[in-house]
Amino acid sequence: MNDIIIMVLSTLGALYILVASVGVLRMPDFYLRLSVTVKAATLGIGLTLAAAALFFGETAVTTKLVAIILFLLITAPVAAHMIGRAAYFTGTKLWKHTNFDELKGQYNEETHELSGKASSPSPEDKSN
Amino acid sequence: MSLVNYLQYVILPILSISVILVFIRFVKGPRITDRVVALDQLITIAIAIITAYAMMSKQHAFLDVAIIMALIGFLGTVAFAYYLEKKEKNE
Repeated sequence: MNDIIIMVLSTLGALYILVASVGVLRMPDFYLRLSVTVKAATLGIGLTLAAAALFFGETAVTTKLVAIILFLLITAPVAAHMIGRAAYFTGTKLWKHTNFDELKGQYNEETHELSGKASSPSPEDKSN
Repeated sequence: MSLVNYLQYVILPILSISVILVFIRFVKGPRITDRVVALDQLITIAIAIITAYAMMSKQHAFLDVAIIMALIGFLGTVAFAYYLEKKEKNE
């Protein structure tokens, strides 16, 4: 019974990682690739580590694995935010079918700080 | 089918295919930020491979390597992002 739960968890984790890898290869745009990587791969790695925690079944190993999962859950969004911000400021183009760029004109081009007064979005933009 | 055989013949091949797919993106680019994201993804898959190998060989000491890999992946991505943005500011 324990073996079956471990098999299911590790298979789900590996499949999520495979889906994230296909997304990284096939998505048309940097920002879409980034979103696929962070969410799906973090979920997949969490499931794989949970399978390992069930496999060993010792308190010391489980504590170590929970520490890894928490560390990944905390750091993955921070790293994704920083690299997405750097990509936006270095001028990465959006996909040609992307409709809205909500950050456009909202920041100071030299200091990279949010100003909020450069061009306020029109009401119909906000409703979307 | 025992659990070790299942890990060896099903889980590891899936993860290996993932490594190949991400590495194609790592080589293609086209910008440096795409390569940084692909590198981060490669390190994430490496953590999964280490975990599967630790289960196969029943050695939980290998999981320490996974902690260090998670740390290196985070620090590498943050350092790349910091210096890319800094370079853009100075130009």
